[in-house]
Amino acid sequence: MTEFEVPVLSIKNLNKQFGPGCDHCRNPEPMALIKNYCSVCGTVYACRDVSFDVYPGEVLGIVGESGSGKSTLMQCLYFDQETTSGEGYISSYQNGLKNLFEESSQQKRYIRNHLMGKVYQNPLLGLKIDFSSIGNIAEKLIAAGSRNVGMMEARGSELLSKVNIPVHRRKEAPKNFSGGMQQRVQIAKALSNQPPILLLDEVTTGLDLSVQASVLDLIKSLQREMNISIVLVSHDLGVIRMLADRTLVMLEGQVIEQGLTDQILEDPQAPFTQSLVHSLL
Amino acid sequence: MGYVAVKGGTQAIEEAIKRLKYERLHKEQVLETGQIEAGMRGLIDQVMSESSLYNEKLAALAIKQAEGNPEEAVFLLRAYRSTLPRKHCSQIIESEDMKVERRISASFKDIPGGQILGAATDYTHRLLDFNLMNETEKTVKEWLSAYAIENSSIEELMNGPELVLPKVLDYLRKEGLIPPLENNDAEPDDVTRESLEFPSSRSQRLQILTRGETGAVTSLAYAVIRGYGALHPTVGELRVGSLPIYVGHPNEEGSDEDEYYIGNIKATEAEMLMPFMAEKEKGSKELEFEIGYGLCFGQNETKAIAMGILDNCLEHPDNSFPSHNEEFVLLHIDSVESTGFISHLKMPHYVTFQSKLDSVRKTKGKTEEREEVRSI
Amino acid sequence: MNTAYNFAFFDEGSKREIRRATLKAIAIPGYQVPFASREMPIGRGWGTGGLQLTLSLIGKEDVLKVIDQGSDESVNAVSIKKLVSDTTGVQITDHTSRATIIQSRHRIPEVPLNKDQILVLQVPLPEPLRYFEPSEHETKKLHAEKEYSGAWLMLFEQIMKYGSMTTGADHPVMVHDRYVMAPSPIPRFDNSKMNENEALILLGAGREKKIYAVPPFTKIVSLDFEDYPFEGESFDGKCCRLCGSEGVFLDELIDEATGETYYQCNDTSYCCEILNEVEKAGVN
Repeated sequence: MTEFEVPVLSIKNLNKQFGPGCDHCRNPEPMALIKNYCSVCGTVYACRDVSFDVYPGEVLGIVGESGSGKSTLMQCLYFDQETTSGEGYISSYQNGLKNLFEESSQQKRYIRNHLMGKVYQNPLLGLKIDFSSIGNIAEKLIAAGSRNVGMMEARGSELLSKVNIPVHRRKEAPKNFSGGMQQRVQIAKALSNQPPILLLDEVTTGLDLSVQASVLDLIKSLQREMNISIVLVSHDLGVIRMLADRTLVMLEGQVIEQGLTDQILEDPQAPFTQSLVHSLL
Repeated sequence: MGYVAVKGGTQAIEEAIKRLKYERLHKEQVLETGQIEAGMRGLIDQVMSESSLYNEKLAALAIKQAEGNPEEAVFLLRAYRSTLPRKHCSQIIESEDMKVERRISASFKDIPGGQILGAATDYTHRLLDFNLMNETEKTVKEWLSAYAIENSSIEELMNGPELVLPKVLDYLRKEGLIPPLENNDAEPDDVTRESLEFPSSRSQRLQILTRGETGAVTSLAYAVIRGYGALHPTVGELRVGSLPIYVGHPNEEGSDEDEYYIGNIKATEAEMLMPFMAEKEKGSKELEFEIGYGLCFGQNETKAIAMGILDNCLEHPDNSFPSHNEEFVLLHIDSVESTGFISHLKMPHYVTFQSKLDSVRKTKGKTEEREEVRSI
Repeated sequence: MNTAYNFAFFDEGSKREIRRATLKAIAIPGYQVPFASREMPIGRGWGTGGLQLTLSLIGKEDVLKVIDQGSDESVNAVSIKKLVSDTTGVQITDHTSRATIIQSRHRIPEVPLNKDQILVLQVPLPEPLRYFEPSEHETKKLHAEKEYSGAWLMLFEQIMKYGSMTTGADHPVMVHDRYVMAPSPIPRFDNSKMNENEALILLGAGREKKIYAVPPFTKIVSLDFEDYPFEGESFDGKCCRLCGSEGVFLDELIDEATGETYYQCNDTSYCCEILNEVEKAGVN
């Protein structure tokens, strides 16, 4: 087996529910739920049996309407939410033998700090909005063990110029920046410790079209240059088309279709995917 | 050189303490604690409530020693309280058993037992009564006997009322407007024996609120209803009266036979009604009432109502309002803690300041260097 | 002695409870143990945490020294000594080496401590991460997960803004490679004295209701960066005007008559001891 065939990240049967569940909705009968919601106890099944692999240097897109569970999935991957059940493996963590979701919170912290980066839709969640931009990048580097100011300042400045933030503004706090700039600081921060896996959650949603385009260009060029694996969530097929090599389509917490992005766009199978693709055209 | 000359601090302090005593005494009037107890009911009640120590005599003494400063009086009593061993815990008190002196509802006009106005300043005009400057024992006695004739049942007044009334909220429960509640007989956490940890329990929250500084509790609750909060409360029932206290026999737990009556405490209880949308089965919503609970020693009506508001706020954490954040509310309303930390700023900070000075000097040098680097 | 109150003010139950929290603190160096802090006859924020530790530990044979920012005669030191001696009748001393319990606000004495001594430090803000994260619930998690990026990040931000670390007193330390701890607002000069100290160091925060400890011979490292090493306050080339000592923490004073700056030992009892020795030597 060549190294190329070993997935960087492998997720198996991930489930996430909000609410306790009851006899009615635990019933495997498909009609027990209204969409992904139990009408008796009010439990929401946000992710149901989600499995996928991400390979080195690959961009995996996840598309779906809002409420389809894709953002919850991202939160589970970055341990912002506890998963209800399921397994996850990272090839560079414990030789890919330990289930991430069962690790201690201290170990999860380690994985987040050393092996992952995440860019949130809302920059408030990913940044310390009052700290300097360079400090924000340093936070991730410090968490990953760096204790050298000169090195961190150099690395931070390099990343900021890569994401087109003028270096003389590095000591300014992101709260003074526009939405697009904040997003670019977030990207610089997420990339700072050169993580093998980068999670992008609706990163361009809410930005002006021209700004969207520049952020997408940036992600694309950085990904090529650094050869990182990316999991990218968006409700916008346009974004998916531009970035993703492979795509999963989620509906009501389940993966209903997956394949090469071109294939999904050219020949959608599921009715939901078909209507999504048509709306793009 | 002020008070930290190498030697001599001790003497300066002794003199300062003497000076304080002089300020209390120099008008040559002896204020008897009995007078404080008789004539300063409001202050006594506030001080007992904030110090969470129910004893009118000690409160009067503390007020005398503190020259009427409530912050200082509460401080004295709290410190005294720290030295008292805990010998007994009372039996559970049911507030239905309160001998009511005053009881009103702002939600219902016709409540079983009626509205009883009792002693309250709410219905007075706040005009200075200059006659009080010339009040004499004679005029007081005349007024009292006239009052006695007017109220032939003065006996009852003197012996304390024996009125026990049903609770307004029970009436609402019967109507199905408030969801029924099980009694929660879990042993309460005691914040004076075990330090508060977050997330806090309801019993911890209620204790901290009832010990809270009256002004602080009131201000935060005011902020809630004025707009920095998500509540629109109504007074379901406010009652003032005395509650009997019983302790069990120390060796024979559990038998009601061996309960000992040890006295009454006067208390104010506020049950606040807050309308809220309850999520029902199948996603439907219904308007229901929730309750915020306030109870304090003595007659402290504003505080009890404010406590009721904050109790409900803290049941519904909401980070957009500090008043709904338990750490913000509970860690900042205690009189001894807040006044202590503010006043500690008066202590000498010579070393810490010197240390900061050293940093400031260092950065001056550094920034100059950096400026130079930049200009090159 | 004021006999209207118990020996050492508290009832015995309260003392036992505080000692239990103290034992836990010693067992987990640097970990903040919550305890049911009592209201004391001195102000919250005026050393009630230290005072509660002292009162819970003190016995009739103990000899107590109390200092406030280096001075045995400062208002608060006097007030605390008076309270302890009123309720216990124990001996009070100014001599660091004679004391068995030393309660101090914001200084570690210049005379090295020994294994028979306990240093009790008063703490205003025990949480080293508080300015980074205001919520107690969150900081507890950060400690549990040994997630201390915030502590270093605060120092990093200072360097970015001012060109050096600008912590005055209370520069955070790593205890026994596990917990980041606020050493209480001792000057940075005193941080190194904590490392491998022979005496037991107890820290008490009354208002914040925490007790923590540095047991004897514990490794204490001040947080810093490879290229921005930790530095104490420097008094290079300066000495005490009274006793001539160098290498001690000096107060900076201004001569009212001449307007000149001069320096004097901050640890006043140390200064007196040196002066006495000099005098003795002179007489002999």
